[in-house]
Amino acid sequence: MATPLSLKELSKKEVLLTAGHRMCSGCGAPLVVKMVLLASDYPVVATSSTGCLEVSTCISDYTAWKIPWMHNAFENSAATLSGIETMYRSLKKQGRIDKEIKFISFSGDGGTYDIGFQSLSGAMERGHDMLYICYDNGAYMNTGIQRSSATPLGADTTTCPAGSVVPGKPQERKDLTKIMAAHGIPYVAQASPSHWSDLMKKVRKALEIKGPKFMNIIAPCNRGWRSMSNDAILLSRLAVETCYWPLYEIENGVTRVNVKPKEKKPLVDFLKPQGRFKHLFAPENEWLLKRAQEDVDKYWERLLKEEEFTKPQEEAKE
Amino acid sequence: MSKVVAVTGNEAVANALRQINPDVCAAYPITPQTDMMQRFASFVSDGKVKTELILVESEHSAMSACIGSAAAGGRVATATSGPGLALMWEMLFVASGMRLPIVMPVVNRSLSAPLNIHGDHSDAMGARDSGWIQLWSENAQEAYDNAIQAFRIAEHMDIRLPVMICLDGFIISHSIERIEYLDDDTVKNFVGEYKQLNPLLDTEHPVSYGPLILPDYYMEFRRAQAEVMTKVADVVLNVAKDFEKISGRKYGLFETYRLDDAEIGLVILNSAAGTSKDVIDEFRNKGIKAGLLKPRLYRPFPYEEIGEALKHLKAVCVLDRADAFGASYGPLFMDIASSIYHYKDKPILINKIYGLGGRDYMPEHAEIVLNELAEIAKTGKVKTFKEYIGVRE
Repeated sequence: MATPLSLKELSKKEVLLTAGHRMCSGCGAPLVVKMVLLASDYPVVATSSTGCLEVSTCISDYTAWKIPWMHNAFENSAATLSGIETMYRSLKKQGRIDKEIKFISFSGDGGTYDIGFQSLSGAMERGHDMLYICYDNGAYMNTGIQRSSATPLGADTTTCPAGSVVPGKPQERKDLTKIMAAHGIPYVAQASPSHWSDLMKKVRKALEIKGPKFMNIIAPCNRGWRSMSNDAILLSRLAVETCYWPLYEIENGVTRVNVKPKEKKPLVDFLKPQGRFKHLFAPENEWLLKRAQEDVDKYWERLLKEEEFTKPQEEAKE
Repeated sequence: MSKVVAVTGNEAVANALRQINPDVCAAYPITPQTDMMQRFASFVSDGKVKTELILVESEHSAMSACIGSAAAGGRVATATSGPGLALMWEMLFVASGMRLPIVMPVVNRSLSAPLNIHGDHSDAMGARDSGWIQLWSENAQEAYDNAIQAFRIAEHMDIRLPVMICLDGFIISHSIERIEYLDDDTVKNFVGEYKQLNPLLDTEHPVSYGPLILPDYYMEFRRAQAEVMTKVADVVLNVAKDFEKISGRKYGLFETYRLDDAEIGLVILNSAAGTSKDVIDEFRNKGIKAGLLKPRLYRPFPYEEIGEALKHLKAVCVLDRADAFGASYGPLFMDIASSIYHYKDKPILINKIYGLGGRDYMPEHAEIVLNELAEIAKTGKVKTFKEYIGVRE
């Protein structure tokens, strides 16, 4: 029987990413990894693309991973995992291995949205039985906070610094979660470590579904977001409550919004505690704040409509 | 029982892969390799192999998937050509750095720009220092034989290194030749069961692959890699000895042709060696002591053995089917020069660049070069140390 998703029961489980790794204090990424691995009752083999998580969890001769884990390069975490998963299928078919193993990739937004996008798209299209998890902190944090296609509109990064002419990142984020859904894979979801139970339920669900699955999980980075090191959970919660980071899933084409805030907080509640958005509060950038709020509103409305529109017939009748 | 057949180089290597029956193959189409993996794919579709194919979206992913598969714990192969190998370049170093015994036929093709799909050695030469073993093949028979030996070499517990098998694009990959196939059981027994080493799929004994190594230990790691290369030649020779027992065909680190008493000689890789041997026979008939050396194990390069084999000659021409754009010599020339450098008495070396982008190498090219060498041997005078041959002026 699966371990009940209660803190009491989960606390009895072994944490498979050990303490002593060198991620920054207050980083969201190791929280995500720990939650995902706690959610699984299966043995897991994982890969990571080059990035913070990789360089900080396995520095020779030490490793924080208590599961088989592989880092290959930056742009190929999905292709690498697809190779591991295929060898598993081959050996299983030949009767050379019999246990049930799950395959998970933990990679950052740079390695997922940008340089690893082709590798990810290919692996999803080929239908490998694997769960790809992007821990999205919205920039190339490992190399020193450069903009990625996951960086939000207006954010100040080292390659789109807020200056007197350019007020931070001029473009909106790439909607990767929807792009992955457009691959027609059986399960796509967004999650946040602030909503741990929702996150872990999604991981559990994903691991029970055969085929390629994708989860995008927000992972605050206090260095890049220029926020307090004890605010990772607070900020990821505000991301959900402002609908900047909606918690939803798309299962076989059916969209479900898992968390609908009773009171949708204004986007500035999420932006204000972060130094990367400080310049947006200057009077000359008011238009940008307004646009960012409009983008969030529009997206949220569309998502709710999508939920309505994709609702299965029986449910719709009730 | 061996069987004599008339097949192309691609067909021969595809058949070797069928007989070896890898657990996983990842492949991406690229001319002139495509036809090899196409043939292999039909073996998969018809259930003639147990292999799981991963039909990836690029060569970069092909090598990435091979790295994952090999680390997972099974026998892995892929194949590529020219720009495909170039796209894999980053991953080649990962495969060798992780000591994963991946086998990859490389159907040699030129690099862009300008775009050209035909045979030359620019691709494999660009990857020669990636930590892979390279075996080069004159014809379809050698490509087939090298493919079978490659798995034994790659998976040898003393080395565990990836191996490339080079064969000339179109000239060998697409030409029909007479070759001898070994029977399936003989190949199966020769290659043997795959031995796992730190497999990722052993979840009871978790291992981490691909750590970050800082300046405190990176250099020791690299030296260990350099040291393992020194063990390769012995493994290659031992595997060749076993292979001779099942095939009657003899392989070494390189082949010499009428070289022992030669005064002038050619050093040349792959298919053009065959053409050259015919011309050498003609020169021998005329009383000119000509010979040839054809490297087989090109990486790691057997510098000492090749230096010993060449040191007694008066003049040697190294023919390169790839140029090194450093306003210097071709890559093979530089290796040959290194191998004879420390001898006091050594042959005069010249370098010719030939056959780029599929340009034919004709017997008359070998004739021109051998005549020039005979003149150098007589006079000691060299007009040009490096030039292109078979090219419009």
